[in-house]
Formats: sequence, C-alpha cells, structure tokens
Amino acid sequence: MSPEPRLVEVRRNVLKQNDVVARALRDRFRAAGVFVVSLVSSPGSGKTAFLEKTLTLLRPNYRVAALVGDLATENDALRLARSQAPVKQITTGTLCHLEAAMVENALAEWDLNRLDFLFIENVGNLVCPSSYDLGEDLRLVLISVTEGEDKPLKYPTIFNSADVAIVTKTDLAAAVEFNWDAAFGNIQAVRPGMRVFRLSTKNGEGMEEYLEFLATRLAELRSTAEV
Amino acid sequence: MHELSIAMSIVELAEEEAERRGAQVNAVHLKLGALSGVVKEALLSSYEMACEGTALQGSRLIFEEVPVVVFCPNCQAQRTLSSVQWFSCSECGTPTSEIVQGKELEIVALEIQ
Repeated sequence: MSPEPRLVEVRRNVLKQNDVVARALRDRFRAAGVFVVSLVSSPGSGKTAFLEKTLTLLRPNYRVAALVGDLATENDALRLARSQAPVKQITTGTLCHLEAAMVENALAEWDLNRLDFLFIENVGNLVCPSSYDLGEDLRLVLISVTEGEDKPLKYPTIFNSADVAIVTKTDLAAAVEFNWDAAFGNIQAVRPGMRVFRLSTKNGEGMEEYLEFLATRLAELRSTAEV
Repeated sequence: MHELSIAMSIVELAEEEAERRGAQVNAVHLKLGALSGVVKEALLSSYEMACEGTALQGSRLIFEEVPVVVFCPNCQAQRTLSSVQWFSCSECGTPTSEIVQGKELEIVALEIQ
C-alpha cells in the first residue's frame, strides 16, 4: 500500500538561478566601475534608434559598448555598429527575453575595466523581460508617442521593474495627438515618482538632459565605489 | 511567452525535492505575485507540457495568488492594492511605489506520497 499523501513545506524561488547570475554580474560591473543600462519596450518603439543615438553622442567622451538581444536577425547590431562602438548581438532564437546567463556569456571576451557605459537592449517585449534581473544599474522602459498614452496601465509590471521611463518619437506627438499629461499621469499611477524623459532621436529634443542624467549616475557610481 | 521556461524550472526544482525525499509528487503549490510577470493560465498549460515524460507527469499545479501590498509613507502602514494600475494607499490615497509583496514566484509546498 502506498503511503498517504502529505504536504511538505519547501521554499524555492523559481528564478533563483537567474538571480544568482545577475548578482554575480552586478558585482563584476561594480568592480569594473561600469554603469550598466538596460532597455525594454515593445517592438517598434524606437529602442535601436535611441540606442544608436545614445552611443554616438556618448562616444566622444566615454567608452561605451552595447549588447543587443534579438529573436532572429542581426539587423539591430549592424545598425548600432554605425555608432563605431563595440556591439555584440545576442540572438535568442524563440526566447522572448534576455536572461542573466546570456549576458554573462556575451561578455566573456570583453574587458569591462575598459568601459564606462554598457547598454543592454532587451528583446522587444513588454511582458517577459520584467521577471529577469540582468544585473543592470538602471532599467529604462521606452514608449513611443505612437503607441498611445495607456501603455503603462496595460503593462504595470514592466513599469514596476524599470527605474526610468522614456517617451520617444516626440517629433510625432502633434501628428498623433499624443496627450502628454495623460501619459505622464498613467506612468505615475503605476509607478509613483518615476522619472520620465521625453525625447526625439530625430530632432534631438530632450537628448541633452537624458545624457546629463546618465553622466551624473556614472559619477555617483564611481564616487560610491571609491568610498 | 516565457511561461514554458518558468514551468520547466518549476518541474526541475520539484523533481530535485522529490528525489531527495524519495517520494512522488502529486501537486506543487506555487506562490504567485500579481507583479511576478507570469500569467497563471499560460503557466498552467505550460506546466502540463513541461511535466510530460518527467517524474511529475500527472501532477497538479496549485496557485496561491498574492496581491500587491505597498507601504504607505503617510499612514506608516502596509496596504493591499485593489488594482495594479493604481499604486496608492487604499485608505488615504497617498501615491507610493514601495512594494512590500507581490513579486513572488516561489514553490512553497509539495504534496508528496
């Protein structure tokens, strides 16, 4: 006779494996003094254009590099390579998000000590990336004005896993009758106090303020590392 | 959809625990936070798939759903959110993003035999 069924208590975090790798990555980034920024958004929100612009504008003053996750193509990496910064593609196949171990593998041949900023572009997806820590210092969530103002209400989880929101393609705001106050209100509803930048990679609006913000964060990282 | 890879991790962890106890798993109890980023229905169907051909085949996945609890700086108290679209105190309305719970994705118990 088989024994009676019984309930045993266990405590196992399902994502522990990822969290452990992410923590090790974060320690490595800290030790190397590199500020790591990841980008999440839905497909077509302008992540790659935004990252290309960011790399191009930072490169004269900082040592920058990027990892870019994509399902199948290397198009994004080729576009980003135009910025002259080192860029590496992570092709995820059918996987809808990046995991810490993929970042770790992609960085295997890179000397982090020779970098100021490392950018990680996640796969275009507003759902799956929210569960996976990549060891980054700052996670940016992007929404374009063409996506509508209610994206934050539809995807509160990703907004809660991110630190800063970026509203892109502001040059198109008038054409699509984008309501800034509504969008800002929705972001604040799901993530009170969240800092929001609005910018356009096309006409450069808002880029300066955002780049200054990154520079400040890098300086803060370095000063806390020295103490 | 990342639920399949999550289901596979759950099966792997449960198999480990079962093997250690030399028992068979009838059910896995999972704590699932409203902000875990995981969709319950998608995880259920993925779980069945992930169990196929493993020692957990035929086992059930039982959810313990966890609402989001925030800390209200004004009331100095923990409050349960009624909606994940509105991060504010349910008593005084103060906006807050200090999350106390709701991100859980954790195996909490196994029904074994």
